[in-house]
Amino acid sequence: MNYLIVGNSAAAVGAIEAIRAADHDGRITLLAAEPDHTYSRPLISYLLAGKVAGERMSYRPADFYEAHGVEAHLGEEVARVDPAARAVTTAAGHRFEYDRLLLATGGKPFVPPIAGLDTGGVFTFTQWDDVRRIESHLAEHAVRDAVVLGGGMIGLKAAEALMARGLKVTIVELADRLLSTTLDAEAGAILVEALRCRDAAVCLQTTVDRVLSRGGMIQGVHLTNDFEIYCQMLVVAIGVVPNVAFLAGSGIATRRGIVVDERMRTSAEDVYAAGDVVEADDVLLGEKRPIPILPLAYRQGFVAGRNMAGLDECYHGGMAMNSIEICDVPTISIGRTTVCDNCSDEGCEVLVRRDAKQGIYKKVVLREGRMVGVILVGEIDNAGIFAGLIERQLNVEALKPLLLSSEFGLLSLDSEYRKHMVSGPGIEV
Amino acid sequence: MKRIFAKEHLCIGCRLCEVHCLVQHSKSKRIITAMTREKSHITPRVRVQESGQVTFALQCRHCERPRCLEACMTGAITRDPKTGIILHDADKCVGCWMCLMSCPVGAIQRGREGHVASKCDLCQGLDVPACVENCPNEALVFEERSR
Ligand SMILES: Cc1cc2nc3c(=O)[nH]c(=O)nc-3n(C[C@H](O)[C@H](O)[C@H](O)COP(=O)(O)OP(=O)(O)OC[C@H]3O[C@@H](n4cnc5c(N)ncnc54)[C@H](O)[C@@H]3O)c2cc1C
Repeated sequence: MNYLIVGNSAAAVGAIEAIRAADHDGRITLLAAEPDHTYSRPLISYLLAGKVAGERMSYRPADFYEAHGVEAHLGEEVARVDPAARAVTTAAGHRFEYDRLLLATGGKPFVPPIAGLDTGGVFTFTQWDDVRRIESHLAEHAVRDAVVLGGGMIGLKAAEALMARGLKVTIVELADRLLSTTLDAEAGAILVEALRCRDAAVCLQTTVDRVLSRGGMIQGVHLTNDFEIYCQMLVVAIGVVPNVAFLAGSGIATRRGIVVDERMRTSAEDVYAAGDVVEADDVLLGEKRPIPILPLAYRQGFVAGRNMAGLDECYHGGMAMNSIEICDVPTISIGRTTVCDNCSDEGCEVLVRRDAKQGIYKKVVLREGRMVGVILVGEIDNAGIFAGLIERQLNVEALKPLLLSSEFGLLSLDSEYRKHMVSGPGIEV
Repeated sequence: MKRIFAKEHLCIGCRLCEVHCLVQHSKSKRIITAMTREKSHITPRVRVQESGQVTFALQCRHCERPRCLEACMTGAITRDPKTGIILHDADKCVGCWMCLMSCPVGAIQRGREGHVASKCDLCQGLDVPACVENCPNEALVFEERSR
């Protein structure tokens, strides 16, 4: 069997680990646009902040390819996929054939059309190379002020890293709060407060409509609310979109991302896809959409790998979840956290616990007695138990008085569920 | 592989498992030193759950398909290919808490060792994990059970 993997990150690694566990002899070839050994993408902000050194960036040990019998071609970008010929062609003109192909090309930063954006000192923030570019900018220019456009996860991570580097940072976010897709207004406000305490500025409900520059170098940005912010660098971090441009003409079906079935198969025979590049089932929404988070990228890659190796396994869908700590405030959000805000639907119920002194804010969202979302700020312990309850859509009506207390834990749950979780099905405890 | 199982009806909630786990993961490996000088920066990887009359000790289940491993963004969580034990490398960990968010039994904690996660390693190197060995009521067993 001749496996070809396009991509070199979480989804690709998941697939390789699954394939190798099932097939010791098949040939695995990997093509990656980036030149680096597989590295942890989320760590780029830690790298920029100086909290993690280059050697610690690797997502798998140095001998990963060798140990898994992978022929890795790093710095080889795929430009075209031809399912009829069962082959891909790279930008460098090399051709690779496959029996089974995995597309795990992840996301690419979404950059909106902004006047004057094409100037020096403007960056996106999704790759190790972005850190290299920012580093040389910081080394070559006197940079004191930075603007980060986008108050989502990547924007906040970039902002925090630049703050650690001693820059005065302003975050500009169009929504009415930070992390608007995962947090509610109250949790978002806690983060704004924490950022402001560390001397960062946060501008909400506005965006950059013009980049001001002189001699090919950024001088500042102009906002839609008519303010101008003086800065020597801008990071555009509005979001990522599935990286599918190279599929043009391949006939492989895409919508927002590559369309896959529950076995991670695309519309083309023997072509699989996984990770940020796909739209797969969202168990809570009951529809397909991209959920660009690392745990799902790995899981989808793993499921794809097992199917590619001839086993039969289904991906049961995922849900949005993230853990993000900003200015020492840990936050976790899982599932749908704002659906029941300002909603008159009878089945909707929101439980909240606040303890401003201890910096705790917790919120559980219930629909018809089942948990659909949770936000945890300050006290995040046991978050995974909530994830399990949400994913399994268990009725938690009886647990309501306990859910938000600091004592909530495995013991709070029904003893059958608990035993099942601890021992596995069919085992006496 | 062998795993640890708790017998709820035998557990008296004495927390000796926590003590011995802490000692086993201390530098000195000596109970007095560990419990006095080292305690504040070691996390017991086993935790006694207590609610009314019911108590039992909980630690990592070393799952077949670990959610923590798929969620780990740095590669700090791995499966030992020989033993199947789910290991956590504190040197690689940055404390992003993705594992803590993913573990359905809540067996991963924010560690006292620094800004890193903490979880059971089945006392690698010992034949029987310290919590099991030292449970006075045999409320913890270490055995192979088919899943
Ligand atoms: C700063 C930052 C922080 C993040 N923090 C978190 C977090 O805390 N939690 C979380 O869950 N997620 C986080 N993420 C998201 C997480 O990194 C992604 O969900 C995950 O990396 C997706 O993995 P993937 O394998 O699908 O794709 P990617 O990681 O995007 O990798 C795509 C791979 O494909 C290669 N490639 C792309 N195009 C081609 C081509 N044409 N030919 C060949 N190779 C190609 C790339 O070189 C790369 O190796 C963060 C992301 C960033 C940028």
